[in-house]
Amino acid sequence: MSAYVAGRLGQGALVMLIVGLCSFLVLRFLGDPVASMVGIDTPQGIRDSLRAGLGLDDPLPLQYFRFLARAVTGDFGLSYQNSRPVIEVIAERLPATLELTLVAAVLASLAGIPMGVFVALRRRSVAAKSLMAASLIGVSLPTFVTGILLILVFSVNLGWLPSYGRGETVMIGWWRSNLLSPGGWLPLLMPGASLAVIQTTLVMRLVRAEMLEVLQTDYIRFARARGLTNRVVHFGHALKNTLVPVITIIGLQIGTLIAFAIVTETVFQWPGMGLLFIQAVSTVDVPVITGFLMIVALVFVVINLVVDLTYFVVDPRLRIDRAVAAT
Amino acid sequence: MTSLTRRLSESDVAASFMASPVTMLSALVCVLFFSAAALAPLIALTNPYDLKTLDILNSRMPPVWLAGGQWPFLLGTDDQGADILSSILYGARISLVVGFSATLFSVVIGVFLGLAAGYGGGVADALIMRLADVQLTFPAILMALLIGGVAQSALPAASRGDLAVPVLVVAIGISTWVQYARTVRGLTLVEKGKDYVLAARLIGRRPGFVMLGHILPNVLGPVLVIATINLAFAVITEATLSFLGVGVPITQPSLGMLIRFGNDYLLSGEWWIVVFPSLALVILAVAVNLMGDWLRDALNPKLR
Repeated sequence: MSAYVAGRLGQGALVMLIVGLCSFLVLRFLGDPVASMVGIDTPQGIRDSLRAGLGLDDPLPLQYFRFLARAVTGDFGLSYQNSRPVIEVIAERLPATLELTLVAAVLASLAGIPMGVFVALRRRSVAAKSLMAASLIGVSLPTFVTGILLILVFSVNLGWLPSYGRGETVMIGWWRSNLLSPGGWLPLLMPGASLAVIQTTLVMRLVRAEMLEVLQTDYIRFARARGLTNRVVHFGHALKNTLVPVITIIGLQIGTLIAFAIVTETVFQWPGMGLLFIQAVSTVDVPVITGFLMIVALVFVVINLVVDLTYFVVDPRLRIDRAVAAT
Repeated sequence: MTSLTRRLSESDVAASFMASPVTMLSALVCVLFFSAAALAPLIALTNPYDLKTLDILNSRMPPVWLAGGQWPFLLGTDDQGADILSSILYGARISLVVGFSATLFSVVIGVFLGLAAGYGGGVADALIMRLADVQLTFPAILMALLIGGVAQSALPAASRGDLAVPVLVVAIGISTWVQYARTVRGLTLVEKGKDYVLAARLIGRRPGFVMLGHILPNVLGPVLVIATINLAFAVITEATLSFLGVGVPITQPSLGMLIRFGNDYLLSGEWWIVVFPSLALVILAVAVNLMGDWLRDALNPKLR
């Protein structure tokens, strides 16, 4: 167990070191920090002393180490755009993105799991077959196209939902929330739904595949032999075992949702981290770009770690495999 | 004979093709798209690159079946008077060129690294597979977005337009090599132990020749399947990046760029400017995905 955890931690650290190196190189060679601090008419002498003062003349490995030491404390420098600390700018946008991905994950599970169970149990029915066909379209539907079509139908034609922005929010400490605000649900619906589409098809296909596999196992056959009703067998026995891998994948996919949120946030002008990144790219705000890079990488590493570990705890077979392999 | 051509010459792949109307339809759609994109300069009504062919008096016309629509602008016109259908033809051309190039790029990298890891083993194997693990921490679309976004801001403004397409190809290509590398590595490990590889080594073939001349042809089947599905991914990713403004330059409007333009007219009621390019993109992606699905089943001996 401890070797497994150490291995996972090591891999996470390696990812962060590599992403850190990329961020450092981008930050170091993309913008000139001195040029962004001084005016055009600053004499070369002052530039040089500023350069030395910032440690930009030191050997690169030393600078990289210093960059990492600062990054660990959450110091990613100042945004070129408004001279505020990058970490502050990102922290301000984080709640919007997290609430959006949470809503999308919940919507995808609420729609995907029942649909997956249905297509597995009624495999040969016309409805199941058309759902499977529709899921292929769902996979091929780019997130931004889904968003645009939703806006066209629900904002432009029907006028039911706002097409951009967060609408009404409440502040809980530093966390600006839509979920806890009574009118904040409305603007969350379309971005959440458009982000959930790809996820829903994935959950549905996964539940179907797992369910079909579980239904062929011996314990299901014995449950049937005991004379249990279909309902008890399907939902009491089969679904429960299907859900272990499904929950893991949904957890892992939170990362993918955060990635796709960049697209959804741009379509709906949802002021989250993704929109911040796209804006930073268009204004070449390098500290924000690198800060985003590091924070997203950290989120991914943590998610992977947590999912790996819960998998290990939830599924005893994995532990036994490891134990056998170790002897 | 290579296993791929042998499999294709067997009739059951052809038979499974003929047995599936959906596959035949999607193949037809793909062929139509590819040829329309290739022939765009010949069949398109207006050339969106050439402002001389445009007439501002024709701007913002709805599709012909609506009031105000006029022949020959079947799907309407945009704000500059460019025929939407023509723009879609040219756009599909760019989308497909980027998609194919990016897929080819990732196939070359992935297959090469996979062969090296599987055949070479040892340090190379450990290094390549660890790199793959690290990359798999991030979803492919995020990789493409980050590489594209960072490269976009790294390029000097003057050369941004010229380099945008190569950068896009590299960004999308790099984000998908892992799948090929993993598959090819696994297959190579199996093939490595077979007699024909041993025989080739015994007659003194160099490792490079054994890998490329003997093993490579035998692992291409699964690579082809992944490549087909990844072509759809590459086209969608290109469109997404272009939509976000980190893709193709304005001078080369791909389908994603057209949707980005059209999005501005969404709220003012000119829906056709954005809806038709979107439909074209989705139909193309669905057709290619269906081909990939069919190919995977047809080439999978377990399902026969």
